[in-house]
This record gives sequence, structure tokens and C-alpha cells, in this order.
Amino acid sequence: MSDAGTPMIELRGVSKSFGAKHVLRGVDLAVARGESLVVIGGSGTGKSVTLKCILGLIPHDSGQILLEGQPLTPERRARMLERFGMLFQGGALFDSLSVWENVAFRLLRGPARRPRAEARALAVDKLRRVGLGPDVADLYPAELSGGMQKRVGLARAIAADPQIIFFDEPTTGLDPIMAGVINDLIRELVTEMGATAITITHDMSSVRAIADTVAMLHEGRIRWRGPVSRLDDSGDPYVDQFIHGRAEGPIEAVR
Amino acid sequence: MTVMTSIQGFLAAIGAATLELCRAIGALALFAVSAVAHAARPPWYPAELGRQILRIGYFSLPVVGLTALFTGGALALQIYLGGSRFNAESVVPSIVAIGMVRELGPVLGALMVAGRVSASIAAELGTMRVTEQIDALTTLSTDPMKYLVAPRILAAVIAMPMLAAVSDVIGVMGGYLVGVERLGFNPGAYLRNTADYLLLQDVTSGLIKAAAFGFIVALMGCYHGYNSGRGAQGVGRATTNAVVSACILIFAANYILTEALFSS
Ligand SMILES: Nc1ncnc2c1ncn2[C@@H]1O[C@H](COP(=O)(O)OP(=O)(O)OP(=O)(O)O)[C@@H](O)[C@H]1O
Ligand SMILES: [Mg+2]
Repeated sequence: MSDAGTPMIELRGVSKSFGAKHVLRGVDLAVARGESLVVIGGSGTGKSVTLKCILGLIPHDSGQILLEGQPLTPERRARMLERFGMLFQGGALFDSLSVWENVAFRLLRGPARRPRAEARALAVDKLRRVGLGPDVADLYPAELSGGMQKRVGLARAIAADPQIIFFDEPTTGLDPIMAGVINDLIRELVTEMGATAITITHDMSSVRAIADTVAMLHEGRIRWRGPVSRLDDSGDPYVDQFIHGRAEGPIEAVR
Repeated sequence: MTVMTSIQGFLAAIGAATLELCRAIGALALFAVSAVAHAARPPWYPAELGRQILRIGYFSLPVVGLTALFTGGALALQIYLGGSRFNAESVVPSIVAIGMVRELGPVLGALMVAGRVSASIAAELGTMRVTEQIDALTTLSTDPMKYLVAPRILAAVIAMPMLAAVSDVIGVMGGYLVGVERLGFNPGAYLRNTADYLLLQDVTSGLIKAAAFGFIVALMGCYHGYNSGRGAQGVGRATTNAVVSACILIFAANYILTEALFSS
């Protein structure tokens, strides 16, 4: 076991280009065990790409990604994924499976396998926690609204009680009340289950509800990083412009 | 000067296309090896395999059956026509059977299945790629090569020979119907003639071909779908490429296999 000082996940100078497009230009970022990190930043700055690089879904060009201080080899990544959950920006539900089979995906196969009835009961319980009734359990993803799909994706991410969770825009497309429910749920997972979470969001009320630490990605680097309490007096004009949603400022809105 | 640059540009274009072709062949070969390796090792997903056998085999039955029926009938007419030129009309039953079982049953069946199954596998996996469902599988500790690709390829290799066997029977039946109803063959003699001249190795060679074609059909669907480009356009291109490449590879493999089974 590593000591408490070693971050759970650490990125050192990670860069990634798609052709001539330099998306990440040396991202340095660390998340401690049991910490909730929120990443903010303009649309298209590479927040989702950063998560996919950590997961190895997109190979990064240079830099290092460490898990508990050790480089992430494919074997260690596979072991990490066993206690991992992710909500994708677009939901990424399996449309050939019903809602409950989506949520219980991990519980129906692999090492965490349970009997079908038990897996279903667990899935229905997770659905309840994201504000969905048992009546949606037998529907198919295509029959749900966008916000409902997102919540099913969230239920799937947390179904097997993961220790590391990534949420890509968990509250986008939800009504304000439901967004509040989801914020509370994410906070609860971190505080009560001790999970380590990285959340991407554009929703400032979500940032304040979820984050221990906030990091802002801008032009391929982490522009600012600090505790959520310092968000309002960060002293960084980029962060100020972003959190207040001003069109004028150092970040050019119209290119 | 401009002549030089345009020649250079031309050569560069040929070079780039050649390199791209080599890259694609290499990538396909690696994909095929990985797919087979995953199909051979556990964990297996039997429910997934069953679903795919049903989809590839059972639901292709009408298409393959009708193809065989009409082909067998037309074959009987053509062979009668050809045979009558040197008073050898009696070869109709045996040539229909050999032609169907060794060649047309497996090849035409596989082409029909390529149109149906390669396309639908490519569209399905392509959509899953584009909507990040394939990425989601990885985050759920499930290898997409194992969960998506291996069952489809196994299912096609199992289902195609079964389809070919059905197609053999229906094709011979098509020839029989035309032979008896249209060309005036004696029913008993037609069947006896078919059975007497057909060898077991005719049947097995057709079934071996069918298994190979099944592999090609599923592999092309999976490869193009799995590596689909982004957006609806990417999926559309993956689907077209899957069908076209499956058909061409079926013809090429057919010649190679016929040559190999010819000498044995
Ligand atoms: N597979 C890919 N191929 C090519 N370019 C890509 C790919 N994935 C992402 N990009 C590019 O990388 C950039 C960052 O994308 P990303 O999805 O990470 O943005 P984001 O910060 O998550 O934005 P948003 O807040 O809108 O979701 C975009 O400009 C996008 O066009
Ligand atoms: Mg994103």
C-alpha cells in the first residue's frame, strides 16, 4: 500500500495531438485518494480526452500517467478498471440491453457476478438513487429521454460500488432539481464511500456542490488548480471570466 | 519545373496510397489474429454466441433458401441446354448436384449473407464505436474483442456451413423440380442419378468453403465497424466497405480453396 501522500492518480506532462491539432500540451494534474476533483474549461479544450487518456482509450503522445505512484501499465490499468466506474458524456448505454441489464452489466458477468434476480434488485436500487422508478427498468435506452439516459449511465457507473469514478458532465441536460439530486449523490459517494472522483462539468452550482478541488484546463494545460473555497478569489482572470460566464475577458469567445 | 513537381506529386500520391494499403492489410491481419485468439480463450459469452447464431444463421434461411432454389432450377435448364448439344441430357441431375454442392451453394449463399450480415454487423459495431459504447465496455472490464467480435466470428463460422447444407438440399430440389416438371425426367431416376454421382468429398469441400466464407463475412463486418470513422458518415462508409470487401474476399478465397480442394 502506498502512503497517504501519494496521489491516487497523477498526470505528468501528458500531451496529445490529433494530427496538427494539439489538444493537450502537457497536463499536470493529481487527485488524492478520496478526493473529489472537478475539471472545468471551455468546450473543446480536451477535458473528455484527458479522461480517455487516463483510461487508455486514447493513447497519449508523451508524458506519464501514474496510479498510486506507479506507471499505468496495461495490467495495472485492467486491475484499476475492476474497481472503476465511468459516466460518459453521451451516456454510452448499450442499446441492445434493457435499462436494468445496462445498470447491472458488471453484476451479470465477470468476477462480480451475481444471480440474475439479485443483480436486478441491485440495479433497481441504483436506479432509485438517481431518481428513476422501477418502471423504467425493463425499457430500452432508446425509449428514454436524454436526461433519463444520463441518469441510467450514472447508475451503471456506480452499480458495483467503485473506488474510482469519472463523471463526464453528470448534470448536463437535467432539470435543476434533478441536478441537485445528482450533485448530492456524487458528494455522498465521495464522503461516505471514500471514492476518488474526477468530474467534468460546466455547471457552476455543480462545481460548488461536488468539488474538493477545482482545476481549470485551458489551451492544453492546467491553468489554475485550488480548493473550491478559493474559486471566487483565485486571482486568475481566466478563471474569473469562466466562472462568471462573461463574454469579455482574456478567453476569446469568438474566434 | 512544373512538370517535375507534378510528376513528383503523382509519385507521392502513388506512394501514399501504397503505404495506406500496406497499413490496412497489416491492421486487418492483426485484427484477425486477435479475434481468433480471443475466440479460442475464455471467458466466453454463450448467450451472446447463441443470439448471433440465431441472427446470422436462422434469419438468413429465407434469403439463402430462395437463392438456392432459383439457382438450382436455372442450373438444370442451362445444363440441359448444354448437354443436349452432344446428346448428354442425362448429366443434368449429377451436374446440378455437384455444381450446387461444391460451388454455387456456398458462394451464392455467402454473398447473400455478406449483404445481410456484414452490413448489419458493421452498422451495429460502427454505431457502438461512434456512441462510445465500445469505450464503455472497456470501462466495465469487458474486452470488446471478446464480447463483441469473438461471438460474431464464431457464430458465422458455425452457422454458414449449416446454411450451406440447407442450401445444398434446396438447390438440388430446385433442379429436381425443373428437371421433372419442365424437362420430363423420371422422378426416381433423377434422384438416383443425383445420389449415385455425388461424393462425400463434394459435400465436405462445400462445407469447408462455407466455414471460411462465414469467417470472412463476420471478420469484415467486425473490422470495419470496430474501426468506424466518426459520425453517421463514418458508419455509412464502414457498412459499404464491409460488404464490398467481404464479397471480393469471398471470390478470392473461393478460388484459392477450390484450387486446394481440387488436388486432394
Ligand atoms: N477521436 C478524435 N479524433 C480527432 N479529434 C478528436 C478526437 N476526440 C477529440 N478530438 C478533438 O479534441 C478536442 C477536445 O475534445 P474533448 O471531447 O476532450 O473536448 P471537451 O473539453 O470534453 O469539450 P466539451 O466540454 O464540449 O465536452 C476537440 O477539438 C475535438 O475535436
Ligand atoms: Mg467533453
